[in-house]
Amino acid sequence: MFSFVLRKLATVIPTFIGITLVAFALIRMIPGDPIEVMVGERRLDPEMHAAAMKRLGLDQPLHVQYLTYLSKLTEGDLGMSLVTREPVTKEFLTLFPATVELAICALIFAVLLGLPAGMIAGLKRGSVFDHGVMGVAMTGYSMPIFWWGLILIMFFSVQLGITPVSGRIAIEYDIPVRTGFLLIDSWYSGEEGAFKSALMHLILPTVVLGTIPLAVIARMTRSSMLEVLREDYIRTARAKGLAPVRVVVIHALRNALIPVVTVIGLQTGTLLAGAVLTETIFSWPGIGKWLVDSISRRDYPVVQAGILVSATIFIVVNLIVDILYGVINPRIRSAK
Amino acid sequence: MTTSVQAVETVPSFPSPLKEFWQSFSANKGALVASFIFLFILFCALFADVIAPHSPIEQYRDHMLTPPSWAKDGLQTYLLGTDELGRDILSRLIHGARVSLMIAFMSVVMSMIPGVVLGLLAAFFQRYLSPAIMRLMDIMLALPSLLLAICIITILGPGLINTMIAIAIGTLPSYVRLTRAAAMAEINKEYVTASRVAGAGTLRLMFVTVLPNCMAPLIVNATLGFSSAVLEAAALGFLGLGVQPPTPEWGTMLSAARDYIERAPWVVTMPGLTILVSVLSINLMGDGLRDALDPRLKRAA
Repeated sequence: MFSFVLRKLATVIPTFIGITLVAFALIRMIPGDPIEVMVGERRLDPEMHAAAMKRLGLDQPLHVQYLTYLSKLTEGDLGMSLVTREPVTKEFLTLFPATVELAICALIFAVLLGLPAGMIAGLKRGSVFDHGVMGVAMTGYSMPIFWWGLILIMFFSVQLGITPVSGRIAIEYDIPVRTGFLLIDSWYSGEEGAFKSALMHLILPTVVLGTIPLAVIARMTRSSMLEVLREDYIRTARAKGLAPVRVVVIHALRNALIPVVTVIGLQTGTLLAGAVLTETIFSWPGIGKWLVDSISRRDYPVVQAGILVSATIFIVVNLIVDILYGVINPRIRSAK
Repeated sequence: MTTSVQAVETVPSFPSPLKEFWQSFSANKGALVASFIFLFILFCALFADVIAPHSPIEQYRDHMLTPPSWAKDGLQTYLLGTDELGRDILSRLIHGARVSLMIAFMSVVMSMIPGVVLGLLAAFFQRYLSPAIMRLMDIMLALPSLLLAICIITILGPGLINTMIAIAIGTLPSYVRLTRAAAMAEINKEYVTASRVAGAGTLRLMFVTVLPNCMAPLIVNATLGFSSAVLEAAALGFLGLGVQPPTPEWGTMLSAARDYIERAPWVVTMPGLTILVSVLSINLMGDGLRDALDPRLKRAA
């Protein structure tokens, strides 16, 4: 098991180095002089230009610049935002909990609905329920989620006035930050209505972000269930006279879940790496919206850091999924 | 003459591959309906100039935000209403089909061709080229596809061509991996060895001997890539990073429509519905193609 983990780690290292190279190159590949891009419209005299180049270390040879960049990274220094003049790391740490909170809720939503729906569809193959679930799943899978979000806002917020349109909590609440997760913080703050406000703000983004994972999980569970039900050991279990429920829950489900867990893991990576579209629609202050906003503000250090961070989260989550896969499915460990 | 026809019919023969494909494909009713819808969208895209009742960029300033024709204040000339600048939504959607399908088609071609070549190279030169190519693909897969596209757009700037490039680069790894896996399964089979012994060069082995036998999964992947390209192009347009206005692109139309959610819901509904129907029809078609082309991939159904 230990060597399996080591092998997995070894494959990730070159990928991670590649990502730092991409993030490093990103700022230097933008057409035009980086200083001019940063100051924007204003004209700079050559002296100030040279000083700025020196200050940012851009006068050094490329490989020196890259090594400096790497050594700063190891200290957790992701650079300074050009717009807010704040360290990027600090901004990231305040925004990341919002993304995590939304991602966790969306995943819970997707798993709670998708898993049972896919399972029952698989068990009742060809039934009305099966066709219904697969139809809904296919629609969900094909959904432009930015439009889905707008439609939900139109219906639930504008027409019915049930849910708020954007943000994480109503402005009148000033919740002290403890964990960064507003659901928990607002609960502990003891302020009346704060928790409800946070919860109501969370519902629509959760549904929107969870739609595609829900569809993927339902489809995967169904097909994996169908595959497992054809296995000889299921027939044996049935022939032994075991109760149908026992055959399904104890014998089939455990094996059917192996690929499903992988899919859930991969979806987690995608969600945590930044729900760009969902966060943009609902003005959810997470890293996805942060990234898109910085692109339009031409805040390149933030874009660079955001891409690096998103990729790192994605790689790490996928690595964990790979390792967990080895834990639940011992056959994988010995294979290459 | 009739006798000869009968004679032909009595010969027990396998159905031609095309006929077999069609029988299998048309058995899937959903896929069949979906392909008709897709053909209709394709038709709209090809003959947009003829079909569209108005110009997609002409602004009828007297009729801004006219509701669809069936609504209370709707006008017959603007079947689906007009947007905030008085442009006919139906005409924009029809012309938008052209933009979206073109982006999708080009990005599929632009990722499939290099993807297949790289995948074949990785399969044929497993010692030296394969690790390098596959590590490179791992790096590209380290970002979710939309983020990768955003990253590329940051460098290249928004626009029609750059949207295609960004989407194409994002889907490249899937073609490389698929081709490599399929080619590696074929490469040790006897017909390849036979061809090699007969003196076929590496290039001939790659493209003439092995590639045709790897096509089924590639075609399926291309269909699914087509639908996700439509979605991704729309997403980029929605974020303001894709095709720029006034070009009628479905996602770009939605991004402008956000502010009119309360006053003019049809501006929001129509483009999104069009995207959903197109993507859904392509996906259903892809499912049908997969079942028909490659029984091994058949969903356990």
